[in-house]
Amino acid sequence: MSIRLEHISLDYQDGGRTIHALKDINLEISDNQFIGLIGHTGSGKSSLIQHLNGLLHATSGAIYYNGENIYAEGYNMRQLRNKVGLVFQYPEHQLFEVDVFSDVCFGPKNQGLSREEVEARAKEAIELAGLDESYYRKSPFELSGGQKRRVAIAGVLAMKPEILVLDEPTAGLDPQGRDEILGQISKLKKERNMTIVLVSHSMEDVARYVDRLIVMNKGEAVFDGTPREVFRHYKELEKIGLAAPQVTYLMHELKRKGLDVNTDVITVEEAREELARVLKKSVVETEENTVQKSGDTTEENQSVFNQREQEDSSEC
Amino acid sequence: MLRKITIGQYYSIESFIHKLDPRVKLFATLMYVISLFVVNNWAGYLLGALALAVYIRASKVPLSFIMRGLKPIIFLLCFSVLFNLFLTDGGKVLISFWIIKITTEGVKSAFFMGIRLIMLIIGSSIMTYTTTPNQLTDAMEKSLGFLNKVKVPVHELAMMMSIALRFIPILVEETDKIMKAQLARGANFEEGNLIQRAKAMVPILVPLFISAFRRATDLALAMEARCYHGGDGRTKMKPLKYKRCDYMMYAAFAIYFASMLGSRFLPL
Repeated sequence: MSIRLEHISLDYQDGGRTIHALKDINLEISDNQFIGLIGHTGSGKSSLIQHLNGLLHATSGAIYYNGENIYAEGYNMRQLRNKVGLVFQYPEHQLFEVDVFSDVCFGPKNQGLSREEVEARAKEAIELAGLDESYYRKSPFELSGGQKRRVAIAGVLAMKPEILVLDEPTAGLDPQGRDEILGQISKLKKERNMTIVLVSHSMEDVARYVDRLIVMNKGEAVFDGTPREVFRHYKELEKIGLAAPQVTYLMHELKRKGLDVNTDVITVEEAREELARVLKKSVVETEENTVQKSGDTTEENQSVFNQREQEDSSEC
Repeated sequence: MLRKITIGQYYSIESFIHKLDPRVKLFATLMYVISLFVVNNWAGYLLGALALAVYIRASKVPLSFIMRGLKPIIFLLCFSVLFNLFLTDGGKVLISFWIIKITTEGVKSAFFMGIRLIMLIIGSSIMTYTTTPNQLTDAMEKSLGFLNKVKVPVHELAMMMSIALRFIPILVEETDKIMKAQLARGANFEEGNLIQRAKAMVPILVPLFISAFRRATDLALAMEARCYHGGDGRTKMKPLKYKRCDYMMYAAFAIYFASMLGSRFLPL
């Protein structure tokens, strides 16, 4: 199951000017990857993901799903949309049914499945999205924002896609709601072997969850690699209006101040381990030197670092 | 998907026509439409087309953009042309086959009908291409101000209109988004009979209405928060004022209209 994009470009007219939304994108999305897609507002992220299930038609280039060209004549676009599930930004705005259960049934019903199958899938999807049976008969419009969003995500999951694409699924949610949704998504990848494409604005989120990171700028894919590789280019990222995770900056700052830490750190957990490792080493060194005064300062240092670390994790 | 409709859009560019007072443009468009129904011969249509050509040239809106605006009404155009072609009696019979009869009179009226409709639509769309919706409602409010005396809430109506116009692109975008979201969930808008297709609209219309209501309450709240309380005592940031070129335009239009009337008496 792979999607291959070859030389995808998208132009459109806006008040007489031609805008190049995407410029020569070449990508391969293979099985069971968790891909993060980041970029400044208007960098072409949303346009790009709408090509993955054929909602937008590229001006030039070709897209192959499992080796088949989706722009070929007679290609079954609806079949493709069953395989590539797309959750739009603010998906709760697409809910329309009288209750949660029938709304989630909409997708599988469109796939032409039997009633039993539709209901079985809806139940499974609602559970996967982290909601229980008590929600089945509730109107989607009386739920909270986070619950609505889960219902909308369940609506796409019920179609059993092989690839799940989410456009900023955590926008406008509180930190707890955000962690829950991202946790569930990452569970889907691990337990169901789904391929996930996650569009996000949060460097912390992508650093924590994804194993491949694609950076978009002005319609071009400028970086493509593991988050660690990409965040090494934090200076270039800043130039295009992005940044590395906060902890990476902290590590760079510590290094500049003279502490010999590895700056390849991108999550708070990694930072904790790295600091513990470096500080333990320096404690050993100072003990060897048996200079009491410097030992004191190291201890002091450590407490300062612990404090900073706590601050940092509370911030995330 | 819905982005292709260019009719009724504002085309942002600097030109003589863009700078005119919107009241002039409103009046000119109205008179132009009337003038098209006054003419009855070749000379009149030629004059009308000439005036339109000058108007388009002065507005600097590219012709291709204007032509694209005609696309959605091609069906209507063909329909009325064909009706005129087949159902007009009089003159010499050109083709007579079964119940179909084409006469010279029919060809003439079909041709004129087509030309008239095209000029009508281009003429009025030039106004929306060169005037922002806000300017347009301002012009209406000002020119219809006298109706206030007979207790017509002109300001409120104008405000409603400008809000409605303002929301069209937003709702179009929203429709597009919801349509895509439902397509992604396997919705099918293109197949099936009339009833199935009507049913397929429900997943679009319900979210659209909900979002429209949500936007309406938000806007009402935002307006109240800025102390909006209707038109009484409200002043304008940019009050409409006639300049010299506006008077010139009125004069030019008076001459045009007079010659359109005059063309009726030409033996062409």
